[in-house]
Amino acid sequence: MRLRRLPWPLVVLVAAFFVPALGSRFYTFVANDVAIWALFATSLNLMVGYTGLVSFGHAAYFGIGAYTTGLLMKKAGVSFLLAFPAAGLLAGAFALVFGFFCVRLTRIYFAMLTLAFAQIVWAICFKWNEVTGGEQGMPEIPYPSFDWMEGLAAVVPLVGGYRTSEYFYFLTLVLVAACLWLLHRIVDSPFGRMLTAIRENAERAEFIGINVRRYELAAFVLAGGFAGLAGGLFGIFNRGVFPDFVYWTKSSEVLIMTLLGGMGSFHGPSLGALVLILLNQQIVSYTEYWPLVLGTILVVLLFGFPGGLAGAAGALWTRAAGRFRRA
Amino acid sequence: MLDPSFLFAQSLSGLTAAMFLFLIASGLSLVFGVLRVLNFAHGTFYMLGAYSAYQIVLWIGPGPGTFWVAALGAALGIAVLGGLIERLLFRHLYGKEELYHLLFTYALVLILSDAAKILWGTQQKSVSRPPGLAGAFTLFGVTVPYYNLFILLLGPAIALGFWFMLQRTRVGRFIRAAALDRETLGTLGVNVSGLYTGVFVLASFLGGLGGALVTPVRTIVPGMDTEIIVEAFVVVVIGGLGSFWGTFLGALIYGQVLSFGILLFPRFSIFSVFALMAAVLILRPWGLLGRPLK
Repeated sequence: MRLRRLPWPLVVLVAAFFVPALGSRFYTFVANDVAIWALFATSLNLMVGYTGLVSFGHAAYFGIGAYTTGLLMKKAGVSFLLAFPAAGLLAGAFALVFGFFCVRLTRIYFAMLTLAFAQIVWAICFKWNEVTGGEQGMPEIPYPSFDWMEGLAAVVPLVGGYRTSEYFYFLTLVLVAACLWLLHRIVDSPFGRMLTAIRENAERAEFIGINVRRYELAAFVLAGGFAGLAGGLFGIFNRGVFPDFVYWTKSSEVLIMTLLGGMGSFHGPSLGALVLILLNQQIVSYTEYWPLVLGTILVVLLFGFPGGLAGAAGALWTRAAGRFRRA
Repeated sequence: MLDPSFLFAQSLSGLTAAMFLFLIASGLSLVFGVLRVLNFAHGTFYMLGAYSAYQIVLWIGPGPGTFWVAALGAALGIAVLGGLIERLLFRHLYGKEELYHLLFTYALVLILSDAAKILWGTQQKSVSRPPGLAGAFTLFGVTVPYYNLFILLLGPAIALGFWFMLQRTRVGRFIRAAALDRETLGTLGVNVSGLYTGVFVLASFLGGLGGALVTPVRTIVPGMDTEIIVEAFVVVVIGGLGSFWGTFLGALIYGQVLSFGILLFPRFSIFSVFALMAAVLILRPWGLLGRPLK
């Protein structure tokens, strides 16, 4: 099929650049939200989907990233250029320390320890008023400066005249696309194949000479680092950083997203982020009981479509393509 | 600061909190021990138990026995709910990956806690102490409400009763056997599937009872479920997932760490509890009194 050959991620990215041109601030807001969560969910999938490590505390790294960027930009006046990578580095550093202990455990104990570490981070963010703002969080994180864009607009046509939030959206798109591309390179590399081998059978992987723990730790750190980058973006996008970014329910939200989209495919989690956020926006305009709807979707998914949306769509596609060929 | 009666008061309040936690965590631990499932919804059963007790009190109106009827009724109601969920839904997920179990029980959290919001709104609710236990007495200069004394006695009583059931009765033997080897037990002619339902019902009963009994001392609010469940996780992890006395010990430690943590580091008492959980998982993943999983 010709359609399959299209570079779909690129098509989506280009299309996403035209969202502000639709003229609605709301669409841009939603698209920005989706882009950030897509990165967050994909980073989790590096662990859950590719390596087979079920983390129940991934929000910790997202939150660390958000607090890092927020603190640096708001309190220290550091430029985004430094504050953004710092989010990834610090989250990755925490992931290295926490992961060091986590990968020594298996299955449910692994999940419990990731949860415990995430709750430790949450408790600190929640109570350390002087630094994190405690329960009230840290409102009014500044946007990065886009003055240079205005300067650029004098030379290059079509890049000027947007609102700050729209510039930030473009920036998010570029950064998220770059991160996703990197993640894709990672899972497609020999290193990524090793992770899959560990997921399929850790014992065999050990026998053929893979240092399973070290690989798992590497996946843990990478996933944490990218989650931190997503968090760094989210704090600015959300115009504030709050302790519930780190609470354990956030970790399960991103797990649901990953599962909804499909853990078996690279773009599944991004699809999950898109569908879940759009659905949320639609449903909250009718009812305040979004969790009820989400829970029901989750139950249907678990019983009906364990492969997630990407799995279901793939199966439909194969079936349709088969019929087409026969006809 | 080292006034003995003050320390006594602190440890007593920690002990009371521990007894509540034990009630809740014992059900969680039981389900994990037998079904190998960590039930996130257990905290929601606790919350629903609290709301149900409030509702029943409202229906019956004040009276000497109202509270007790409400507590028992709420616990039974939650037990039925748990049984239905296990029979109709949960059993289809046995044998699947742990992630599915965790997410299914989390879906239950979302659905049931929203259902509670629909039924009871978001306003705080409270239930007054049963008339027979409304007063207080003084012990070593510390005022102890009779109701707290009742909880302090009830916790160990339930622990002993539970232990007796597990160790000395036929059903208890089956439960322990199911925890060790489900298939062998099935080939010996025991109805394992029914046993699983029974275990789930019993655990839900304990969760609901915990929620109902907590109403006179804590206000009922949305979100109490996601809060208590992580506390219960801490307790079962410290004591050992699936270990019965471990859960009791875990609850005692949790209560003391929390109430003395508030004294020593007022801001970081929650922190110390999770740090303890992480430390136990790192040093002894199977918990203080648990046994390593094969």
